[in-house]
Amino acid sequence: MGEKTLTRMDLSEAVFREVGLSRNESAELVEAVLGHMSDALVDGEQVKISSFGTFSIRDKAARVGRNPKTGEEVPIQPRRVLTFRPSHLMKERVAAGNKR
Amino acid sequence: MIRSELIQKIADDNPHLYQRDVERIVNTIFDEITDAMSRGDRVELRGFGAFSVKQRDARVGRNPRTGESVEVEEKHVPFFKTGKLLRDRLNGK
Repeated sequence: MGEKTLTRMDLSEAVFREVGLSRNESAELVEAVLGHMSDALVDGEQVKISSFGTFSIRDKAARVGRNPKTGEEVPIQPRRVLTFRPSHLMKERVAAGNKR
Repeated sequence: MIRSELIQKIADDNPHLYQRDVERIVNTIFDEITDAMSRGDRVELRGFGAFSVKQRDARVGRNPRTGESVEVEEKHVPFFKTGKLLRDRLNGK
């Protein structure tokens, strides 16, 4: 099983190879894709990428949490969290690729 | 927002690019992430989030209808953790 960590650089390198734009412009386009996705999510929109997965925003209610080290109670404010639900295709590909 | 709307936004921002190239660019990005995870690699996109693969151990499951025990094999599932910057932005920080 792989242990590598890919970054933006690897994604822009892939765009560079695939489309033949400059490395700079490839990097800007990767940034633009992440930026548009982030903006939509911040606006409360769901981002649904077919055959990849769905990013959605969920509202979490306030609750009383506990500092696990001290046992002290701390209030946790209501907040918005992002969840990612992988598509069936992605789940299948990840399961198949990592099977030993 | 769906894939085609994302492609349209990028195309609108980049009138010098052909629409079909914008499609290839966007598709390449998502394909690259899926390919990395199917090799067991992580993809860390600072500020946005990180995609990784989690291992689920083999377990004895149960058919909820019949109550019968079934062996469930070890498997690997995709996982996403939101980046700090995006998490903060979602909460207006």
